[in-house]
Amino acid sequence: MQGKLTSAFHLSEKQWLRRAPLPRTYTDYLGRKLFLFLLTVQGLGAFALITLGVILKKSGVARNVIQPLVRRQISRAGTKLLPMFLFLAIALGFLVIGQTVSALAHFGATNYIGTVMVIVIVRELGPLLAAMLVLARVGTANVIELGTARAMGEVEALEALGIDPVHYLIVPRVIGMTLGVFSLTVYLILGALASGYLFAFLQDVPLTPGDYFKQLADSLRWLDFALLALKAGAFGFFIAIVTCYHGLAQPLRLPEISRVAVRAVSQGIIVCVLIDAIFILLYLVT
Amino acid sequence: MSENQNIPAIEMRGVDVGAIHDLGLMVIEEVNWTVAPGEFWVVAGRQNSGKSDFLMTTAGLMAPLKGSYKFFGNETQLFDESRLADRLRLGFVFETPKLFHHLTIAENIALPLRYHRNLSDEAVNRETQTLLELMELTPFADNVPTYVSANWLKRAALARALILKPEVLLLDNPLGGLDARHSRWWLHFLDELCRGHEWPGKRPMTVAATTDDLRPWRNDARRFALLKDKQFSPLGSWNEVAAADEPVVKELLAASLEATI
Repeated sequence: MQGKLTSAFHLSEKQWLRRAPLPRTYTDYLGRKLFLFLLTVQGLGAFALITLGVILKKSGVARNVIQPLVRRQISRAGTKLLPMFLFLAIALGFLVIGQTVSALAHFGATNYIGTVMVIVIVRELGPLLAAMLVLARVGTANVIELGTARAMGEVEALEALGIDPVHYLIVPRVIGMTLGVFSLTVYLILGALASGYLFAFLQDVPLTPGDYFKQLADSLRWLDFALLALKAGAFGFFIAIVTCYHGLAQPLRLPEISRVAVRAVSQGIIVCVLIDAIFILLYLVT
Repeated sequence: MSENQNIPAIEMRGVDVGAIHDLGLMVIEEVNWTVAPGEFWVVAGRQNSGKSDFLMTTAGLMAPLKGSYKFFGNETQLFDESRLADRLRLGFVFETPKLFHHLTIAENIALPLRYHRNLSDEAVNRETQTLLELMELTPFADNVPTYVSANWLKRAALARALILKPEVLLLDNPLGGLDARHSRWWLHFLDELCRGHEWPGKRPMTVAATTDDLRPWRNDARRFALLKDKQFSPLGSWNEVAAADEPVVKELLAASLEATI
């Protein structure tokens, strides 16, 4: 891995493809887009596998250096975002869930409140919103930091010092973002469920906290907890992979970093939606 | 010990060197070079003659396009994971310092030690402090690189390359951009390292540096080589360099400006 990193993801054919003259026909255009998409999938897949390999192979290497970096990343992608997430949870509960609850109460369908909450908040909105916010706040910072480090030659310096750049730069970010998204998803869901009830209570919806909690508990299955954990973890892992891949493997010059950051965020959103679709299928199957 | 001294630190036979930014492009061909332990080599060449590419290949950061490269007798292409022990026998100083901007100068210097050696914080700090004092970097220890001048950043890069006490030190144009005072310090310090500095235990270090100006490197104890027109040519000692009839050598000795007018 070392020494080859700067060339392994050089992707000169991809850069060439992007800078090629505009295709003359619509099918040429589609073909180019498809080819670029496949190259990106190949690059991301290889990068994810390399990162997983390094995590497994070097779990005991240089712990005194890597562990503080992991803690820093957990703090950055988790703890420091907590106030914003609590605000968002309250807003989500007040603006969306409270509305739903009061509408259901209006039609006398308060028995379905728990089911609606579980479907909307626990299965869909909670994990997806947490992932999007971490992507916007931490993912973009990843691209810029790693892109700058790459452009300034810091990656070459790591290789010259015998330090695996993936181990030092990527592994802490991947672990930090995976744990961060998972934790923030849990807080967001708890906050939204609580503030949603608060809003319903303020609107005089005839529902006691005990009934509300019972409805939630009846609507939740053990599979929900397992799939929620998997989904939130997958969001965090792949957001980290996409942003780190674009930061470390692509920009070679400083002016390219901003363009690559935009591309990384777009691809991060697409990856999250695709993962979400896979989990929707899983829910439907189970 | 004596057996080790007979093995060349660096031995290249028929090596073709590729370009850093285009690995398929050959910039130097058929390099035949032998560096004995404890030797001090200066490889001179004009700008864009392939000095950095040559040194990166010697450092195992790029694979040779063809030929045989042995590092202390071991055939080498790249210093990958399996060759980490060999990699740590070699220190490399880039032309630009390439320090990590999120770390202070002291943390930059200590990083290789923290990563590769399972030492206590106290032991790491002690080693780092020794090098900081040796390099006169103590006043900048807690500053991040952004707030330190280029002359001192280069010394910090040297300290970072030396913290693991390598046997071979490669330097890419170490005097480039330095003022006269710092240049003198570097030449003196590198000579001491080569002779056996007290700090790494008086063990002579093998040193190879590149340059585009031969004048500051005058010293009978050093050996010189020239990179020109994709060719690597050993020149010999300073006396042979001074007597050379090669126009590029004359240009590099005459501070290039007068020679090119």
